[in-house]
Amino acid sequence: MREEFVRVTTEAIEQDERVALVIAAISADRFTSALARHPDRVVDVGIREQAMVGVAAGLALTGHRAVVHTYVPFLIERPYEQVKLDFGHQGVHPVLVSIGASYDEPSTGRTHQAPADVALVDALPGYTIHVPGHAAEVEPLLRAALASDEPVYLRLSQRQNSAPMPATGGLVPVRHGSLGVVVAVGPVLDQVLAATEGLDVAVLYTATARPFDAAGLRAAVDSAAPNVVVVEPYLRDTSAGVVAAALRDLPHRQLGLGVRRDAEVHAYGTVEEHDAVHGLDPAGIREAVRGFLGA
Amino acid sequence: MTKAYADLPALYGRLTGDEKHDWAAASTLDVLWVLYDRVLRVDPAHPDDPGRDRFLLSKGHGPMAFYSVLAAKGFIEESTLDDWLSFGSVLGYHPDRTLVPGVEIGSGSLGHGLPIGLGQAIGLTAGQRVFVLLGDGELDEGSNHEAIAVAGRRGQANLTAVVVDNGSATHGWPGGIAARFAVEGWATATVDGRDHAALERALTTDHPGAPLAVVAEIEKG
Repeated sequence: MREEFVRVTTEAIEQDERVALVIAAISADRFTSALARHPDRVVDVGIREQAMVGVAAGLALTGHRAVVHTYVPFLIERPYEQVKLDFGHQGVHPVLVSIGASYDEPSTGRTHQAPADVALVDALPGYTIHVPGHAAEVEPLLRAALASDEPVYLRLSQRQNSAPMPATGGLVPVRHGSLGVVVAVGPVLDQVLAATEGLDVAVLYTATARPFDAAGLRAAVDSAAPNVVVVEPYLRDTSAGVVAAALRDLPHRQLGLGVRRDAEVHAYGTVEEHDAVHGLDPAGIREAVRGFLGA
Repeated sequence: MTKAYADLPALYGRLTGDEKHDWAAASTLDVLWVLYDRVLRVDPAHPDDPGRDRFLLSKGHGPMAFYSVLAAKGFIEESTLDDWLSFGSVLGYHPDRTLVPGVEIGSGSLGHGLPIGLGQAIGLTAGQRVFVLLGDGELDEGSNHEAIAVAGRRGQANLTAVVVDNGSATHGWPGGIAARFAVEGWATATVDGRDHAALERALTTDHPGAPLAVVAEIEKG
């Protein structure tokens, strides 16, 4: 996904002089040509994330479409107040692009993990939040983001599904079933499909967590029992509120699966081992879904 | 109709209810006046002109002097001052760029102006200049030092930082504030923050190939 981001952004910088990119050392080796060719709108500030966000906001205030990119904890958590004030409060908006989703690189430990990123961005007004599940989904989402002036967070992962899905912004039906509806967000679709194999549940996919497709969920729930499971590759229950809002007038049950909130996992190892800890491996998802639905 | 420096106390008084004492203590008043009266290429009739210079009040806490100068120069109606801080007013204790013509950034939280101003300076390539006003206490915020290093290394010559130094930094700046900028490659000048001629000279001196830091020293009131 990062390579697609680099390719599309580099093309956009060449094609559209509105597009600006600010980075903080991370991925600089992939943007050497753009940095050299366009020093007035492609900037590497070094390992300075507060300046990265402020400089990008300054570029946005001078009419640029500013893309801000680094590893997720240093993009969303470390300069969070800069993101809040230097963009939204000023009435200008960025395209934030992160790499290093949740525990993409378990060997790096907690310092390089920020599974609360989507919840934090969602706490700021107006953000569209994309969670592509395949590298081929990056380009249409990024091109649409660059063409708009709205706030966008594009969350890239090293993990992806075996095949791309339509990145429509809405919920895409993948499988039909009657006992409930399972929503897979981004790169958890393969695990969700494996986990629900043989179960009588509907499966929906989306690469866009916000705005949440309330109408799509409502339509799916109208065709199945009102039992909703959301499987997200970041903080568990990040979308519980939007699901509740979508079904406010309908008695329903919901279950959130995602990265655990109750404890920090002090462990390295592999992504599969971390999936198991968080209940995001196929066996964990299956057990949770069956328990929830009594299936 | 625009006003003179001598009119500022009356405007200031409309905000504070006391035109005799408070305004004289405002550390930023003289710097703001010199900027708007003699330095900035801005036009109250066209506050969004893309070719304008940008002035960023980074030290946005307690902006009475700023509002007084904006009123004196015709960016806002003088009557706007009378009901400031009320729900319907565009003027708050921290300025909001989305509400006030001529206000380039919403500020109040310290340490945001210089990185934003640096980004504007990078993005403005048609001769516009960017001036950022900070306080010496505000310089405590690490975000400033990130921007000072980047601007210095880029040789961002259309960027000027004005640091109003009234000795309010908690732990002080041994060796002086100007030295913090100079070591990063900035041109620097340290002047009496009440001396209009000296401020004008410092703010308009050529500084090719380097950003400029003007330290305006003010006796702590």
